Amino acid sequence: MTTIELKPGADLDGFRSAIRWLTTKDVSPAEVNWRVSALPDTVLKLNGADAPPVVLPAAVLQLSKIIVCHSDPERYALLHSLIWRIRHGERHLLEVASDPIVNRLSRMRKAVARDIHHMHAYLRFHRVRNEGSERFVAWFEPQHFILDEAVPFFVSRFPSFEWSILTPIGARHWNLHALTCGGPAQKPDLSAQDDFENAWIDYYRSTFNPARTNVKLMQAEMPKKYWANMPEAAAIPELVRGAADRVQSMLAASPSMSNTRIPDRAVKRSTNTTPASLEELNAIIKATEPFVAGGRTAVLGEGPMRPAIAFVGEQPGDQEDLQGRPFVGPAGQVFDRALAEAGIAREEAYVTNAVKHFKFTERGKRRIHQKPTMGEIKHYRWWLQEELSFVQPKLVVALGASAAFALAGRPVAITRERGPMTFSSWPGVVTIHPSFILRVEDSGAADQEFKRFVADLRVAAELSSPAPSA
Amino acid sequence: MPFTLFDKLKVLADAAKYDASCASSGAPKRKARSGGLGSSTGAGICHAFTPDGRCVSLLKILLTNYCLFDCSYCINRRSSNVPRARFSVDEVVKLTIEFYKRNYIEGLFLSSGIIRSADYTMEQMMLVAKKLRRDHGFAGYIHLKSIPEASPWLIEQAGLWADRLSINVELPKQASLQKLAPEKNGATIKHAMGQMRERIAEAKEEKRWFSPAGQSTQIIIGADSSTDLDVLKSSTDLYGTYKLKRVYYSAFSPISDASSILPVEAPPLAREHRLYQADWLLRHYEFSIGDLTDAADDGMLDLAIDPKLAWALKHRAQFPLDVNRAAREMLLRVPGLGKRAVDQIISSRRHQRLRAEDIRRLSPGFKRAMPFLVTADHRPTMTLDRLDLRQRIVPPRQLELFG
Repeated sequence: MTTIELKPGADLDGFRSAIRWLTTKDVSPAEVNWRVSALPDTVLKLNGADAPPVVLPAAVLQLSKIIVCHSDPERYALLHSLIWRIRHGERHLLEVASDPIVNRLSRMRKAVARDIHHMHAYLRFHRVRNEGSERFVAWFEPQHFILDEAVPFFVSRFPSFEWSILTPIGARHWNLHALTCGGPAQKPDLSAQDDFENAWIDYYRSTFNPARTNVKLMQAEMPKKYWANMPEAAAIPELVRGAADRVQSMLAASPSMSNTRIPDRAVKRSTNTTPASLEELNAIIKATEPFVAGGRTAVLGEGPMRPAIAFVGEQPGDQEDLQGRPFVGPAGQVFDRALAEAGIAREEAYVTNAVKHFKFTERGKRRIHQKPTMGEIKHYRWWLQEELSFVQPKLVVALGASAAFALAGRPVAITRERGPMTFSSWPGVVTIHPSFILRVEDSGAADQEFKRFVADLRVAAELSSPAPSA
Repeated sequence: MPFTLFDKLKVLADAAKYDASCASSGAPKRKARSGGLGSSTGAGICHAFTPDGRCVSLLKILLTNYCLFDCSYCINRRSSNVPRARFSVDEVVKLTIEFYKRNYIEGLFLSSGIIRSADYTMEQMMLVAKKLRRDHGFAGYIHLKSIPEASPWLIEQAGLWADRLSINVELPKQASLQKLAPEKNGATIKHAMGQMRERIAEAKEEKRWFSPAGQSTQIIIGADSSTDLDVLKSSTDLYGTYKLKRVYYSAFSPISDASSILPVEAPPLAREHRLYQADWLLRHYEFSIGDLTDAADDGMLDLAIDPKLAWALKHRAQFPLDVNRAAREMLLRVPGLGKRAVDQIISSRRHQRLRAEDIRRLSPGFKRAMPFLVTADHRPTMTLDRLDLRQRIVPPRQLELFG
């Protein structure tokens, strides 16, 4: 008979060395006696450390990591039996869920997972005032040796205040930077008054619906053993006792007459939410956050009401964002030149963008334009429709694919569909965005593109001018 | 205000408790950033259970229970004489943060009565979420009950801060809605759900944040004359057309100061339970509405037995199934066998022939399952044909559970 001593609690390292040693010596489970000792046998440790690693399926290693946390004294023996059988002809043993040992280990694994989950759910922090700064302390009694598995959750959730978790099997303290370990703790005095703790108990009382009382179901989910350390659980007996009477009085009470007048007009107003004017709409747009992190301000459309043409671009650029006006950057200059050439006065047209905020990536000090996604354009689409319905242009020009998408409600290929197009309620023209001309490197080709752009603008001007009566 | 923050909490928690949804699941996994607060594991955590057996996961409150609408099933309808209160944006933020720090909750579920205008109310709710995220680095769960009458751009904004958005369809049939909730409009509700569905899908595609845990809804059971199948058909439509993550069923519960046009009786909890089971079969067990129609009588599910057992009892010719050979989708139809048990059966039978004892170890529903199964050492042909099979599987006292 071989006796193996491991540290109290979840001694994964000790177990690993033991398994290496037992495997080299080919010791069967029947010959091993597992014991827990505060000062485990050091000879075995040395031998185990030297023994070569044992090759096992990854699933077995994961299972072992959890099973060693279980409080069952047989946990190491069970794992050893499993590993022995896997190494002696039953490689796929873990897949045989119906096998008694696999089944028992799987229930143990579930029990540990449940305990970890319960700790995350039912642990309560109490505020301890500490010379102006806040500290939180919790007392929890886990069923298994789960601290190392369960506590990292609290670190990722509560990194920005100091807390301590005290348990009968050890303590963990968080000081904003690191987690430190402490030995088994005593239940601390947590009776100090905390308004929010009282408010929580009140909340618990109020959110309970007496007409649905089902104590069994509550206890199945939240076992009584946790109640002692949960402040709200103190309210349970009184809630259960009073439930039947509360329901009876609700059922018995006849419906009372309303003492409220019927606010017909207010009700009507409440659902009429469309802004009443362009100013109202613009105020909403101005006050709203960009849908993706970006520009400082919403760049609104500008120009007269009821114009012959409304031009819709893609989104404001760097200069537009800084000045708060549409088409004032390099592309705006190309646009202005083309308008002049086509004989359109900019101050007589309405100019706006499909997307109202500048989207960019920062490269050094420069803010590089980023194309809005289809989804982002759609976020703004409702605003654009409302805006145009106030402005009432005769014709709408989509400058580039983003504007065409916003207006047509479907992807538009500029090269194929350039020219006149009807957007739901407006006659329109699809053309390129003037920034395209800036990106054409060959100057001859750029001239050609500029000319085509001007030609499109002329078409727009023609379509929007009052038709000569036939 | 004569009320303190904590007095208001009592009123506005009481006013919010009739909404069944409390899930904190489905959010992307995340940790608090430095200086921030909160995390999400994706699975959701119930931090407490009240004596009604329902979980407390989120701080479930209304921003205000003043309301212009007069929906007869709702405790907060304008004609009800309940005490009223209203939180400020900052008060809700404060409560959420302080409760969260004590590990009482996973986050916030905020809903509201409609005051002034749908847009104003929705904007206040959106501001709570934005303030939590932006000013407090809050990474916990936020569920906003959206107001379908609000402008589309507000829904677009709300989705930037919330993990989940929901709109209650309230009643399975448009006619019931007209009668019981005259200010609500079924078409407006569906339109808003359609908009959210589209945004959620696009954001997922473009890897942006927009209500990443999807949208859900609630249907009230027992306030109108809809049958269980009416309800389930409307759920199938909601799951299919609007890609909802969850449909919650809420048994209409007596409220203080009830309206005279509604039944005053105990909530139909058994009915609610069976609807959840049927919903589960639709979503996870490859049952169709047709199968559930078979399982039901005149459109109503059997209250005494679960819908899977009801279906199996009416289709005995398809049983018994051999656990060592039957296909997965058929095993899923065996009463008492859950998805997990079926998967374990399939994995185990590759290595050995399964006996009754093995099934007992794998499934807590063993007793209900065995009359429908053949194992290496068990053949239930005699039992399966018995007229009293139902009584043998479910002794009549089961009903009391939900009494």
